[in-house]
Parts: sequence; structure tokens; C-alpha cells
Amino acid sequence: MTTDATFARGTLETALRQRRDAGHKLLIPYVTGGLGRDWLEVLRAIADAGADAIEIGIPFSDPVMDGPVIQQASAEALSSGATPSSIIAALAGADAGVPLAVMTYYNIVLRAGHRRMASTLAAAGISAAIVPDLPLEELDGWAEEAAAAGIEAVLLVAPTSPPDRLKALCARSRGFVYGVGVMGVTGERDWLAASALTVARRCKEETDTPVLVGVGISSPEQAREVVAVADGVVVGSALVHRLLQGAGPQGAAAFVAEIRAAIGV
Amino acid sequence: MRDPGRGGRYGDFGGRFVPESLVPACQELEAGFTSAWADPAFRSRLDGLLCDYVGRPTPVTECGRLSQRLGIRLLLKREDLAHTGSHKINNVLGQALLAERMGKRRLIAETGAGQHGVAAATAAALLGLECLVYMGAVDVERQGLNVFRMELLGAKVQAVHSGSRTLKDAINEALRDWVATVETTHYCIGSVVGPHPYPHIVRELQRVVGDEAREQCRELLGGPDPDIVVACVGGGSNAAGTFAGFVDTSARLVGVEAAGGAALSNGIPGVVHGMRSRFLQDEDGQILEATSISAGLDYPGVGPEHAFLGSIGRAEYPSADDTEVLAAFHLLAETEGIIPALEPAHALAWVVREAGKSIPSGSSVLVTLSGRGDKDVALVQELVQ
Repeated sequence: MTTDATFARGTLETALRQRRDAGHKLLIPYVTGGLGRDWLEVLRAIADAGADAIEIGIPFSDPVMDGPVIQQASAEALSSGATPSSIIAALAGADAGVPLAVMTYYNIVLRAGHRRMASTLAAAGISAAIVPDLPLEELDGWAEEAAAAGIEAVLLVAPTSPPDRLKALCARSRGFVYGVGVMGVTGERDWLAASALTVARRCKEETDTPVLVGVGISSPEQAREVVAVADGVVVGSALVHRLLQGAGPQGAAAFVAEIRAAIGV
Repeated sequence: MRDPGRGGRYGDFGGRFVPESLVPACQELEAGFTSAWADPAFRSRLDGLLCDYVGRPTPVTECGRLSQRLGIRLLLKREDLAHTGSHKINNVLGQALLAERMGKRRLIAETGAGQHGVAAATAAALLGLECLVYMGAVDVERQGLNVFRMELLGAKVQAVHSGSRTLKDAINEALRDWVATVETTHYCIGSVVGPHPYPHIVRELQRVVGDEAREQCRELLGGPDPDIVVACVGGGSNAAGTFAGFVDTSARLVGVEAAGGAALSNGIPGVVHGMRSRFLQDEDGQILEATSISAGLDYPGVGPEHAFLGSIGRAEYPSADDTEVLAAFHLLAETEGIIPALEPAHALAWVVREAGKSIPSGSSVLVTLSGRGDKDVALVQELVQ
């Protein structure tokens, strides 16, 4: 299991609540684990540039929630030899200075086993996990093992979630509530969907847990619009797109700094 | 084969493992199907189309020369004679009528060999629906004629270049489309795979194959059911439909997988495409590519009800390799004047291999001939030359 030192930083939710309650808007960039040799440097650079936490994707061969950018990043990471174990092991020494959450698909968790995955994540100092294809009805087995190991299970709320589901999802989500901004897969869009604000408003009315909106948040301007309602944003494809184009740690940090500036320090 | 209940479970398998965005759509579909299936007007419209448009019931043909050669009594359920040339039409007509009833005017579908895509395009044309078919780029290449057929029927075919560029990736892409378009679009899945309620819906729409065959066999055999019932399994829709008619008899049920895509023999329990089933995967849980001469069986997973039937021992799932399959393809053509699709040639290959071994001489054996071989003739010609 975990050591006290692992938890000394506090859980993701504690960190996010503190920042929010002190009047800050929250920013969680997403980076595909194992993408490029310098991906750990990318984590440190974007932490310094104003990320409150970082979401790291553990690539899966069949990412149905993801659009072309994350698909390509996942395929590149896998073909360069990245595995769930190698990514988690690398994160143990990442020293990013902010809480880390992993995002992966359920088959990766299931193959490792609920208990083994939860304890491995905890031992690596990771605070939370997002498993988007594990719905509420199937959550119990994983959520119990995750909680036992001190891993927060972050749940997604969709624009189509009816009121009773939204209520249940907000109540069970740990770390933060992940509002899906648009009906569709991850990816950049040059317009902000009205659903991004609606889902944020609906979640905020339901819960005191920090509410962050992701999927389809591509630019500093869009991020600024969203945080008028939400507590923060998750930015994935727009950042990963830049990494695929060779932005490196510096370029990634510059983009994260732009978003940070747009939503306020 | 029972109703899987609200959770869509077949023992440890099945379920509904989809992103939150799709959960309400799956629930809506479940309610829509339950209501339609209980509605005599819906059933009678579907039955009417199956009769007047598809040409059902399809016959059961007793093979004379091949039976003699194998020392068994071989019966073929002739889904190759259904409109569009395979059993896939049974499912798509039901789903297209359901889409129409639910007010969804756009159909999307995945296809491997192209048979399901052609069937979906056909149903869309018949009902005046828009249709987009996702097809792996490798399959677009090897099943060019079916691509053109879909286009003739007014459908759009989208080649999928991600992953292994076959059926698995076409399903991924269709799911991605559906997440974004679920308000207006029905995802017409072609096999007994995917999140609940799909495996149940597709099995119920295909059970006409097994129900008809059971009656026809009783007549042909003068009372008893066949000793052995055989069908090929990729995702497993024709096998599910066939087995549904015989699961409560004493018939030995055999689903034959492609050796390069044998998820039931070599797969490990996992969750992909919204279902818990068996999948070819590595030690980390990454899904492996299936490889088979037949695009329709090129799938690293299998329907959850097959995983269940296998786990309780009610059905067995051996595999056949490409060489045996080609030999069976030629054998049926030469002895019976029927050119089968490469998919059901897997079922025949197992029968040829086991006749006189695990199939005792004199046994009555029903094989579902799920489709005709026209689409494969060019491929086989290349291999022969």
C-alpha cells in the first residue's frame, strides 16, 4: 500500500479545494504518458507554468472516447514502447510538484486487477484516476479498491446526463467532478459548445466538489468563458497537438501559461 | 438463451461499459426495443418485410453428395439466399424500423467483410434513411465490390485508417461518431457485440434463423432435432441466432472461430466496445489484431453471450485455419454447387475435419450457411492463381 509520505501532499481534491476557496480558477492540463522522450520534463514545465494538477493519459489501443489527436499520441507512445507499468513507474519519480491524476480505459485497469492497479498508482504517488468507460452502474468494484488505496475516482458528467444521474455522479465523484463540455470525443473545436456552460452550471448547483470542464476546450478564450461558471478547465488535445508538433517542454509551458493568464492567476 | 435483464448480463459477461455521454442513449434504445418488440404492429411490419422483401423463410437444403462423402447427414440453413446475400439483413431491418420508430433518421454502421454494411445501406434505402458505413481501410481494399455496392445503395462509406484498420477500428470510429450525434443517429451494430442492449437486440432479431431451422429440421428429419448445430463466429450474430433456436434441445452447439481471431479459445476476459467478454489482448490489456482470410471474422473479441455459453459448457468454440477453410470453400462448391462465403466456410471446415471423429458417422449436422461467396470469389481467385 502507500506510505504516509505519499499522502503528505494531500489528495487532489484537497489541493483543488484550497486553491478554489482562495479565489483561484483551476487548470488541469492533459499529457499522454510516454509521448516523446521528454514527457516528464513536459510535466515539470507545465506545473511551473501554472497547472494546479496534471492528468496523464495511460494509452490504450482502442481509445473510443478520444479524437484524432489523442489517438495519434496514444499510438505513438505505445509504438515507442510505453506500457502502463513504465508510465506509472516514471511518474513515481516525476517530481512535478502538483497532484497527478491518470486517465485510462477500463480494460487496462481490469487486466492489472482493481487492487493491484490502485495500489500501484498509490505507491507511485498518484492521487486520482479517471476511467471514462466505467459507468456508474459498474463502478463499485474499482471505486472500493481505489478508495482503500487512497486513489480518488473522478467521474464524468455528460451534457446528456439526466438530473438523477447527474446528482448521483456528483455525489460519488472524488478529486473533482469532470464535466464533459460537448457531446463528442476529445479534440479541438473552434467554437465553445453551449453545453460546456450548461453542464458546469448543472454540476455547480449540485455539488461543492470542484467542477472542471474538459473535452473541447481548445483556446485561452474558451477557457476564460468556461471558468465564468466552472471552477476550472481540463485542456487536453490542444496541448497534445502542440506536443505532437514538437513544442517540447518550453512550448507546452508557454501554452499552459497562456491559459493560466486567460483564466487568472 | 434468456433475457439478460436490466444490466445486460450473461453470467460474468455483457454489461454496458460506455462513457457517460452514451449511457442515456443506451437506456433509450433499451426502452425503445422493449416497447417495439412487444408491439404486434411493429412485429407484423418486420415479419412482412422479412417475408416479402428478404424472401424468408430461407430453405434448409440437405446436401446429397457431400453428406455421402462425409458419412453424415449434412443440412444447410440457407441464409446465403436471403436478400443481400447474408443473414445480416434480418438484423438491420429490425434496427432500421426501430430507428424510424425512435425518430432517428440517420443510421451509422460498422462493417468488416461488407455484408453488414450492404445490408444497412439496403435497409436505409428502403426506409429513406441516411446511412454512413465505417469500414477499416484494409477491408475497403479487400472487399472493394461491397464498397461499391453500398455506394450504389446511396450510403457513404468512410474508410478507417486507425489501429489495425479492420472491423475493430470501424467499431471504434462508429462509437466516436455516435457520441457526437446520438440525438439524431441510431448506431446499427451488426453483431451480438457492444454495450447492452445491443447483444440482446441483435440476437433476438437473428433468432428467426434458428427458429425457422428448428421447424425445418424436424420436418426433414421426421421428428428429432439435429445432433449437432454449427455456425461460424466472428462477433457471433449468425451463431447466436441459430443457437437461440436449439439451446433448449439436446443438440451439440458448435461455434467455429477463425484460428487468427479465436477470442473464445485464446482470449482473456476484458472490457472493450462496451462489453465484458473475451478478447485477444497482451499482458497490459492492449487489444491485439486478429488475422483471418475472412474480413468478417477478423475481430479480436466475441459477443458476450458466446463467452457465457462457452463458460458454462453449453456451446463449444473450436477454430479453423485459413487452409482448411479454403479447402471447405472449394469442396462445397464442387460437391453441392453452392459457393459459400469464407465466414461460413469456417463452420464447414470444422465439420469436414471432425466428420467420423468427434462427429460420429451417421450424425445429423445443421450448418448455418450465413452468406454467399460472391464477395470472396476475387480473393479466392488470387489465392488459387
